[in-house]
Amino acid sequence: MPAKRIIAALDVINNSVVKGINFENIKNVDNPVELAKRYEMEGIDEIVFLDITATNEKRNILKNLVKNVASEIYIPFTAGGGINSVENALDIIRNGADKIFINTYAIENPAIVRKLSDVLGSANTVVAIDAKYENNNYYVYSHGGKINTGKNVIEWAKNVDDYGAGEVLITSINSDGTMKGYDNNLIELLSNKINIPVIASGGAGKPEDFLNAFKSGADGALAASVFHYKKYSVKEIKNYLKENGINVRL
Amino acid sequence: MISIIDIKTGNVSNINKVLNGVVTLDPYTIEKSDKIVFPGVGSFDYVNSIIMPVKNIILNKINDGTPYLGICLGLEILFEGSEEGVSEGLKIFTGKIKKFDNAKKVHMGWNTIDITNNTLLFNNITNNSYFYFMHSYYNEINDNTVAETEFTVKFSSAINKDNVYAVQFHPEKSGENGIRLLKNFRDLI
Repeated sequence: MPAKRIIAALDVINNSVVKGINFENIKNVDNPVELAKRYEMEGIDEIVFLDITATNEKRNILKNLVKNVASEIYIPFTAGGGINSVENALDIIRNGADKIFINTYAIENPAIVRKLSDVLGSANTVVAIDAKYENNNYYVYSHGGKINTGKNVIEWAKNVDDYGAGEVLITSINSDGTMKGYDNNLIELLSNKINIPVIASGGAGKPEDFLNAFKSGADGALAASVFHYKKYSVKEIKNYLKENGINVRL
Repeated sequence: MISIIDIKTGNVSNINKVLNGVVTLDPYTIEKSDKIVFPGVGSFDYVNSIIMPVKNIILNKINDGTPYLGICLGLEILFEGSEEGVSEGLKIFTGKIKKFDNAKKVHMGWNTIDITNNTLLFNNITNNSYFYFMHSYYNEINDNTVAETEFTVKFSSAINKDNVYAVQFHPEKSGENGIRLLKNFRDLI
């Protein structure tokens, strides 16, 4: 069986990597290409680039960034943020991304998930879901976590699975940026209900958080702050996981 | 010169960085090439439609003994067909590519390969090394299998017959081991 994946997230605005807390108070961190190379050397399994300005400002993802990254690294990476057509998605793949993810676009136009997976292949089509827990329910939020769509997260995830998505990237808006652990309840609910890999996102702060996400059923665990601020190295986290019986690539 | 088939969806920039070839769909260029790499991102029917104008040339080159490296879909296309689509493959090998029929239907991530037949492609690569996989369809173990991987079922993660090499994983996404494998193909005589 494949190893559990440790994934670094790079939120990008205007060619800089940034990291916000609860989707706001954005801070500058580093050059994305340099950071990606550093993570590859440290043993990260995968990288996700999110153009966080794209959805709000209605512009396309930084194609040049994807191109630069693709020729510099030899590990898989996913790109997304503001993708709003099949052409757009193909363009990003052609510039070197291995997978694309869509979020608001899929919510507004669910048929696009099927269309993309037909063209790109199911495994290359990721649907990102921003989830917020309120009133005893997990709601799907769109537009970078700003608008409550009223959709139930589990129902929506089952839909995108049926439509041919290859993977779900689930971000808990409640725990994002807090570094207090993933929403393990959400991960468990979701991984029991869908048949495609679940990538947990939002809240990683220490090695135990990764362990708990994997125990809850995540196939991959994504983090930003932990790695950006060198709180823990990838190797430290993987060693800890291995000691605790998780299959990781060392 | 190595031709990397331009299937329009694949990420080939870093493959080309190792192989120093040319990314092309031009019949004349492919006809003249010493080696062919068929990279693989995309669905079976879509990629089949893209390569239609050069399909016979690729087939002839393979039959003439030109070294071929298929990656992911470039492995699957060697067979008669796939459960993913309705179009015909290159039919170099008999059989059909199957769909994973288990709880997690996408095999995505780093997994190990069990080398069962040490071909030149695996020079300086230790057994049970990790490679990156990203696929929902697979080739059953057969006479040409040279490496096996397990994802609820055991399947062919690499095959080889004469001049035809193909891997289900993505060497261009598999760090040092992947670069080594690509170089091994580049250095084949």
